Amino acid sequence: MDITVNHFLAVSAILFTVGVVGIFVNRKNIIVILMAIELILLSVNINLVAFSVFSGTIVGQIFAMLVLTVAAAEAAVGLAILVVFFRNRGDIAVESIDLMKG
Amino acid sequence: MELIAFYILAAIVTVSAVAVIAAKNPVHSVLWLITAFFTSAGLLVLIGAEFLAMLLVVVYVGAVAVLFLFVVMMLDVDFVELKQGTLGYWPFAALVGVAFAAEIALVTFARSAAGDEINAKPGAATNAEAIGQVMYTEYLLLFQMSGIILLVAMIGAIVLTLRHKPHVKRQNIAKQTARTRKDAIRRIDVESGKGL
Repeated sequence: MDITVNHFLAVSAILFTVGVVGIFVNRKNIIVILMAIELILLSVNINLVAFSVFSGTIVGQIFAMLVLTVAAAEAAVGLAILVVFFRNRGDIAVESIDLMKG
Repeated sequence: MELIAFYILAAIVTVSAVAVIAAKNPVHSVLWLITAFFTSAGLLVLIGAEFLAMLLVVVYVGAVAVLFLFVVMMLDVDFVELKQGTLGYWPFAALVGVAFAAEIALVTFARSAAGDEINAKPGAATNAEAIGQVMYTEYLLLFQMSGIILLVAMIGAIVLTLRHKPHVKRQNIAKQTARTRKDAIRRIDVESGKGL
């Protein structure tokens, strides 16, 4: 039995679910939330690459690279916001980020 | 043989992904994240997408994970306190997770039942060559746009975190060149036997 696209879809589905659960479990710790988002993007990438390889078109891998770029940019800006927030507030508890709520 | 390697790598990915969200210490979370990325790169190598695999290692392990580590270590946060009370979130999180997994499984099995499994191998050129052939021609605009996205992210991160401390001495070149002898030197007649 060979590796099929379904194997990769299963791995990526598991990764996606773990990422979503991670967002809900670590509701206080925004750093781990960002990491969970990275996991979700990784699962998306695995999906894109698997489909690209098993269907014989290279385009999926190009899109995976774009997702990679956006993930890197998102991590950079997100962590920068986090650093600024920590400087202003002295903690990073997500529950206290409701100052804008009227 | 390949299937065994796949199952081993998939198991490591799953375990390390769970460890990312379950670890008490965020530094451990980052290290598990690195493991997850490395093993996913292995998975990609397994199906012949070696360029993307190397990119995953370079970008994620080399840049993003290090960024995370820097920030985790820079912030002086009591992580034990942050972890308090997260046990209460588990039931809800499990509910959401089961719902998502069930939806994905439903879609996957619905597709499988249709029986159109895609299983063709790509062309003869190496993976990097194949990517390069389309990326710099057909998808040039997307490539350039991703460069701009990175530039914007870089400038944004700098603008957000840059801060001028008030009491740090800096060189101000305009001020320096505008300085004349008149406002820099003062002549004082000092009487002998007396100080200033």
